[in-house]
Amino acid sequence: MLNPDHVGRTFTGSRATTITQEDIDSFAAAIGERNTKVAPPTFSIKITLAQSQELLQGSGLDWSRVVHGEQKFSIIRPLIAGDSVICSSTIESHRVVAGNEIVSVRSDLHSTQGDGRELLVSTWSTLVVRA
Amino acid sequence: MVNVGGASMSTPVIGHQYPAKRYSLNRASLVTYANASGDQNPIHQNEDFAKSVGLPNVIAHGMYTMGLAATYVGELAGNSGQIRELAAKFVKPVVVPADVDVELEISAAVTSVLDSVVSIEITVMCEGVKVLAGAKASFTFEN
Repeated sequence: MLNPDHVGRTFTGSRATTITQEDIDSFAAAIGERNTKVAPPTFSIKITLAQSQELLQGSGLDWSRVVHGEQKFSIIRPLIAGDSVICSSTIESHRVVAGNEIVSVRSDLHSTQGDGRELLVSTWSTLVVRA
Repeated sequence: MVNVGGASMSTPVIGHQYPAKRYSLNRASLVTYANASGDQNPIHQNEDFAKSVGLPNVIAHGMYTMGLAATYVGELAGNSGQIRELAAKFVKPVVVPADVDVELEISAAVTSVLDSVVSIEITVMCEGVKVLAGAKASFTFEN
């Protein structure tokens, strides 16, 4: 069971991920996308799902029983090859319905380049931990 | 106002129904998606494992289905870089038995047009069943 103290807390990764053209090309090819100038809209999941798993490791969430319930992307600026991003994940809500835990995690990808740590993409994942 | 490949390139209007497109997936394409995305959960590749956890067979990654929907939306928008928002609930699994191609039929209708931002509702059907609920997207439209 998720530790309720973790709800509302933000965990920020310590390592940046650099996006390569190869990453974009293979992801695009897998979903039949021909435009490889930018990363496909759902590409961020490759970073955010893995990173949020790592960042929320101590939260008590049982990842082995997690089912993906819902997903949302907000793309401020599409990712491109050469972007270096830091992921920060926040548990926005947690509830228990019929023994299943429903956890909503927001992950933001900020650029590490330039001055402003510009927010590029936000993702929201609703995860269902089956009873 | 010229129809290019079936997609109207004029400014979309509310209620406009985009032509449906079919996408096929199979066990091999699931492995390709798993490798590209890093999601190696065995329920998407290993039939024995999938059945052992109560699934009818191997199922597609929800994010693979959503990725195909994004590809469809990118074509409507002109290119995928125009997409600003994309959302969906994974309500029914896409079951992928061995040695067959499973077809998804994806379509969309315009729900709002505000300045240059077009919002659409997306329908993804697999064998007559809606596999995504509340699927929607918005994209910027360039004339």
